[in-house]
Amino acid sequence: MSRPEIRVSRLHKSFGDNHVLRGIDLEIGQGEVVCVIGPSGSGKSTLLRCVNLLEEPTEGQVFVGGIELTDPDVDIDAARRRIGMVFQQFNLFPHLTVTENLTLPQRRVLRRGKAEAAKVAARNLERVGLAEKADAYPASLSGGQQQRVAIARALAMGPEVMLFDEPTSALDPELVGDVLAVMRMLADEGMTMMVVTHEMTFAREVADRVVFMDGGVIVEDGTPERVIGAPRHERTRHFLSRLLDPAMAQVEEETSDQVGKSG
Amino acid sequence: MADTTEKTPVPRRKGMTRRQKRRLSRGIQYAVFVAAVVAFGVTADWGRLQNQFAQVEIAERMFPEVITLALKNTVLYTVTGFGVGLALGMLIALMRLSSVGPYRWLAGIYIEIFRGLPALLIFIFIGVAVPLAFPGTEIIGGTYGKVALALGLVAAAYMAETIRAGIQAVPKGQMEAARSLGFSPGRAMVSIIIPQAFRIILPPLTNELVLLFKDSSLVLFLGVTLEERELSKYGRDLASQTANSTPILVAGLCYLLITIPLGFVVRRMEAKAQEAVR
Repeated sequence: MSRPEIRVSRLHKSFGDNHVLRGIDLEIGQGEVVCVIGPSGSGKSTLLRCVNLLEEPTEGQVFVGGIELTDPDVDIDAARRRIGMVFQQFNLFPHLTVTENLTLPQRRVLRRGKAEAAKVAARNLERVGLAEKADAYPASLSGGQQQRVAIARALAMGPEVMLFDEPTSALDPELVGDVLAVMRMLADEGMTMMVVTHEMTFAREVADRVVFMDGGVIVEDGTPERVIGAPRHERTRHFLSRLLDPAMAQVEEETSDQVGKSG
Repeated sequence: MADTTEKTPVPRRKGMTRRQKRRLSRGIQYAVFVAAVVAFGVTADWGRLQNQFAQVEIAERMFPEVITLALKNTVLYTVTGFGVGLALGMLIALMRLSSVGPYRWLAGIYIEIFRGLPALLIFIFIGVAVPLAFPGTEIIGGTYGKVALALGLVAAAYMAETIRAGIQAVPKGQMEAARSLGFSPGRAMVSIIIPQAFRIILPPLTNELVLLFKDSSLVLFLGVTLEERELSKYGRDLASQTANSTPILVAGLCYLLITIPLGFVVRRMEAKAQEAVR
C-alpha cells in the first residue's frame, strides 16, 4: 500500500451514554476504494462522518492527506476542501440551479472567478452525464440525477478523497445503477474513496477492500473475495446471509450489541 | 347487494338525520344575520350617518394632501421601521442561535422585553424618556429617526423569532453539505441557509409589515410637525377642524388601500409555498 491518504487511529465516539465507535483503526491508501458494510447501528456512517469531522470524535485521531483533522488548531475549512462528501439525502441546495450548486462553492470557498467556476462546473456535469440539466432546479430532477449532481458538486472542488454515505440508499432501485456507474468511473480514475454502502455487487466488483463493522468495532477487513466470499467471523456470515437473501431470514431476538439507531 | 341490506339493515335514526340538522342550524344562522342587517337598516339614521361620515365636499378637500403627505409619511415610517427591525431582528436571531451562552441570553432577554411591552410605551419611551434621561442626545433624522427606531425596536423582537424559526426550518443536511464543501459556519449561513430561510418566512414577514403599517399611527404620541403627519394624525386633525368624521373614514380607506393588497400577496405566497412543499 502506498502512503495512507486516510488514517484513523484509536477512534472513539459517544453520543451521551451511547458509545457508537469503540476504538477504530483504519488506513486507506492513495487511490484505494474501501467499502464499509455492516448492520444499521454498527457505527459505519458515524465513522465516515468522523473522517471529515462532521462528527467530532470523542477520542483518537483522524489524518487525511497527512494533516491531522482532530488537531484543535487545524483550519478545518481548508482541510475539508480536500475531502468530498456525498450524502444519502443528496443535500443539494434547492434554491440554486444545478450549475449554481456547482459554481457557488467554488466561488465562495475557493475564490475562483466566474468564468473558471462555470468551466469546471460544466466539465464535471458532463462527467456525470448531466450536462443538459445545467439550468434545472434540483426539485425537477430524479433522485438518481440529484445524487449525480451532488457528486459533481463535490468533484468541482477538486478533492483528493471522496466519502460516500450510503449514496444509493434513498434511491428507487432502477436509479441506483446510474449513480454506481459514476462511482465506478471515479474508482477507475484512481480516486481515493471510502464508501458506506449496502450494495454488495458494487463492493465485490469495485472495492479494493471491504471493511465489516458491527457494534462500533471493525470485525473484518480484507479483499472483497475474503470478506464477502469467505467471511471468517460468525457475525459477518450472519449479516451477509441476511443481506444477500432477506427472504430466508429467521425472526430473532434483538441483540444488545446494536448501538444507536442510525448506521 | 339486495340480500346484504336485508341481513344488516341500516340503523334508523330517531328524529332528524344529520343532514337535516345541519340544514336547520345553517338556516337559523342566516336568519339571525338577515334580521340584524334589516334591524340596522331600519333603525339607523341614514341622513345623519351620511352627514357625519360621507361628506363628499370634505373628502375632496383632503386630496391630494392625504396621499402626497399623510400616506407618503405612513409608508416612509413603516418602511424605515421595517428596515431597522429586519436588521436588528436578524442580528438577534443569529445571537439566539449562537453557541456562545451570553449572546443567547441577551437575545432572549431582548425578545421577552420588547415582545411584552405595548408599542405605545416604546414610542413614549423614545419620544419622552430618552431625551430626558440623556439630555443633548439627538436621534439622527429627527422624528423620522425616532419613529424608525421605535417601530424597529418593537418589530425586531417579533422578526427575530420569525427569522430564527425560518433558519431552523432549513434541513440540517444543508449546513452539513455546505461545511463539507469547505464553507465556514458564517459563510454557509449567509450563502446557503439564510436565502432559504427567507423563502420560508416571506409570508410572516409580510404580515409583520402590515402590523407595522398600522402601528405607525402611534407617531401621534411623539408630537409631530404638520409636515410629519401620517394618516391617523392627519385624519384626526381634519376631523376636529371640520367637526366631522369623514376624514377618519378617508384615512381608514387609505390604510386599507395598502393592507388589503398586501394581505392578498401574503395569501398568494402561502399558497405557492404550500405547492412547493408538496
